[in-house]
Amino acid sequence: MREIEQQYISIYQEHLNLLTAPACNLLNEQRFAAFEQFKAQGFPVFGSEDYQHTDVASSFALDWGMNLNRFDFKVNPYEVFSCDVPNLSTSLYFMVNDKFYHAQEPAAKLPEGVFIGSLNNFAQAYPTVAEKYYNKAISTDKDGVAIFNTMMAQDGFVLYVPDGVVVERTIQLVNILRSNIDLLMNRRLLIIIGKGAEAKMLVCDHTMDAAIKFLSTQVVEIFAEEDACFDLYELEETSMQTTRFASVHVEQAASSNVLVNGITLTNGLSRNNYYFNLKGEHAEATLCGMSISDKQQKLDTYSHITHAVPHCTSRELFKFVLDDQAVGVFSGRILVKPGAQKTIAYQNNRNLCATREARMYSKPQLEIYADDVKCSHGMTTGQLDESALFYMRTRGISAEDARMLLMVAFTSDVIDFVRVDALKDRLHKLVEKRFSGELSKCEGCAICK
Amino acid sequence: MQESNNILQEVTTTDYKYGFVTDIDTEVIPKGLSEDVVRIISAKKNEPEWMLDFRLKAYRYWLTLDPPAWAHLNIPPIDYQEIIFYAAPKQKVGPKSLDEVDPELLETFNKLGIPLEEQKHLSGMAVDAVMDSVSVKTTFKENLAEKGIIFSSFSEAVKDHPDLIKKYMGSVVSYRDNYFAALNSAVFSDGSFVYIPKGVRCPMELSTYFRINTANTGQFERTLIVADDDSYVSYLEGCTAPMRDENQLHAAIVEIVAMDRADVKYSTVQNWYPGDKNGVGGIYNFVTKRGICKGHASKISWTQVETGSAITWKYPSCILAGDDSIGEFYSVAVTNNYQEADTGTKMIHIGRNTRSTIVSKGISAGHSQNSYRGLVKVSAKAENARNHSQCDSLLLGDQCGAHTFPYADIQNETAVIEHEATTSKISEEQVFYCNQRGISTEEAVGLIVNGYAREVMNKLPMEFAVEAQKLLAISLEGSVG
Repeated sequence: MREIEQQYISIYQEHLNLLTAPACNLLNEQRFAAFEQFKAQGFPVFGSEDYQHTDVASSFALDWGMNLNRFDFKVNPYEVFSCDVPNLSTSLYFMVNDKFYHAQEPAAKLPEGVFIGSLNNFAQAYPTVAEKYYNKAISTDKDGVAIFNTMMAQDGFVLYVPDGVVVERTIQLVNILRSNIDLLMNRRLLIIIGKGAEAKMLVCDHTMDAAIKFLSTQVVEIFAEEDACFDLYELEETSMQTTRFASVHVEQAASSNVLVNGITLTNGLSRNNYYFNLKGEHAEATLCGMSISDKQQKLDTYSHITHAVPHCTSRELFKFVLDDQAVGVFSGRILVKPGAQKTIAYQNNRNLCATREARMYSKPQLEIYADDVKCSHGMTTGQLDESALFYMRTRGISAEDARMLLMVAFTSDVIDFVRVDALKDRLHKLVEKRFSGELSKCEGCAICK
Repeated sequence: MQESNNILQEVTTTDYKYGFVTDIDTEVIPKGLSEDVVRIISAKKNEPEWMLDFRLKAYRYWLTLDPPAWAHLNIPPIDYQEIIFYAAPKQKVGPKSLDEVDPELLETFNKLGIPLEEQKHLSGMAVDAVMDSVSVKTTFKENLAEKGIIFSSFSEAVKDHPDLIKKYMGSVVSYRDNYFAALNSAVFSDGSFVYIPKGVRCPMELSTYFRINTANTGQFERTLIVADDDSYVSYLEGCTAPMRDENQLHAAIVEIVAMDRADVKYSTVQNWYPGDKNGVGGIYNFVTKRGICKGHASKISWTQVETGSAITWKYPSCILAGDDSIGEFYSVAVTNNYQEADTGTKMIHIGRNTRSTIVSKGISAGHSQNSYRGLVKVSAKAENARNHSQCDSLLLGDQCGAHTFPYADIQNETAVIEHEATTSKISEEQVFYCNQRGISTEEAVGLIVNGYAREVMNKLPMEFAVEAQKLLAISLEGSVG
């Protein structure tokens, strides 16, 4: 046991009462089990196969504050946040740090039976459903941070769409990081899409206090039952001071369709783990993401897609654009289990390095135990095409504009995966602004930088 | 379809036909590994003091290491105290004439098209006594000596060319490189040394196979090839014929140094005992192979056809240190029954305008596991580095596994790196098309597999290529060929 784990074990033991007090029984039961697991395995070890380029433990070593008493931070997100997506009306919800914001909720009515709210309330209202799903997708014993999150989480966010219900309006959840002191928070999202149900969700991360250091762990569990359809779009626009260890765990039943798209525009250090488990035949998974990084930003992406049964399809595309001293890491694994015949799995990773100091580490992997499959992966790392640049310059486009055009084009196919047109347009604009160096600031918004 | 199932059934259950035990009178030392054993080995070989020092340093370093566990392999623990680390063959008691040799073995030789003289040698006969053979060997030696080429056993080279050995041994694969490199450096039995002087094109393919005097010392072999400015050499290791070797663990080292504009081509065909169809027995082939393109515009090309061994674990690599240097890696790895392979390459780009090509073809059948693992590293100073990797896997049967683990570490923005991989099975349409034209499913599978591996086979030296193609068919199909 290293000193760093010992430190958090002591915090846990000393403040167990504080930790358990606001949480429901379900969270606490899982917490006790997670604690035992954490004691045994601790944080992921720097340099181990899946953590070759990110030192998790050192991020936790700083003197972080933790809001175990669940004090409210004074902020009314509905007043400070006015980023909106033109032509798209969303049901807008907020989390301040790791706490669901109850004080005010959107006016738009949700379809009958749909639950959006805090995890503790959900566990009270739907005890059997909560028990059936909470913490059930985290099967991997490799993800020490997810275990830490389970051990520390006091509340969370739940989206529950019962069987057969279609939520037309996109649900938007804005995570606001707000604090006066350096803060460690443990956010938890549970998403349950019933049989034949449909929903789309956009999750944005924003920091309000650029000078404050934040460390957030986030665990998202997604359960898509038979014929369910669900989209998750994640947009990270935080600050250089923000460290994020996030994991998305997806369980898919037969004929379900799940899309996860993670876009990182501004961040400090982020590690995003994606686990997909295709458990029912004819399930379809799409996982894509992109990162535009400069300065000392770092994005470490890890994905693990398991094809457990025949006739499933998965598509994966990640793109990195690295400037200055930015570091990008992509590590993806597709596992086709014995008997999972007729699997189709494509994995793609494309990277652009703009400077000498930028670093890209890429590791696409296939692990296949069935013979009748179509699996492929591709990976390229390179630079902008000189002849394309030259072509544009001969047509009177400045070098700078030409570079930007090419970069925008390079990233655009990740955005093309978005299945909400208004959001697609908005993301194209955000990316363009990001490249042109303009701050993506909405008028009258205090959160956007 | 029924027929094709039969074939696959046959393919995945065929036994290794060539294993038998040769009773050889050997000079052995007690089993186990200790500092004394290292000293005994060195003394038996009459090695100079500096060689012993090198071995001892390696041995002491080895003691501090743990066996690596990161590979996608299931390796039973190896007890190093149960291994005999030195066994020099005294005199062979082999079959006296080809009539005494296992007819099935001869059948295989014929299928592979191996000349009679070689068949005698391979089947364990004392070839030295056979007429012509000696003169063939000496003709080679004379030819080579005329051009100033040194081609000798490692032990001879230690005595005859200590300066060259001192300068280059361990310069590419240091004894601190990895667990098995340290072990080899401590206990290596013998091996080959090649030196090609400036401006010389080696007139023939050099092969361990013709170096008869060092046969059967392969367990901890060490090969060192130094190609001076503007020279060229093509080196062949192993042979297509089945090797019946009772050593369980093979931990060899191959080092290549290429100076300015030198061109080295290293080809391997490995067909050691893979264990029976239940995965019992077989060779562990853990080899560290690495070349350095030291000079400007130098080139190192690795070609390997791996069909044998229970476990194959090796990554023939190129360090592209010289500007404009080129590294190439072409590989076909076939695994059947319970064989396991974790093989690939490392291309380390250090010089400017360096280029590397990786083509890897994996074929898995039976219950075998076949992995490609490769690293492409572009260091900060390697301007305009270019790499293209292609890794394809072919699966025969639904119990086997094919895996791809490429790594790319890019630290220079001018680099252009591409990696592509596909995994699939033999297309039913292709087999059907062949059937329609009167080609049996058996032959069709052979044709398709050979077509699939052609890109690599074409890189083999001419005389090897034909044999290797047949070998592919034999190791996979059992009945074809």
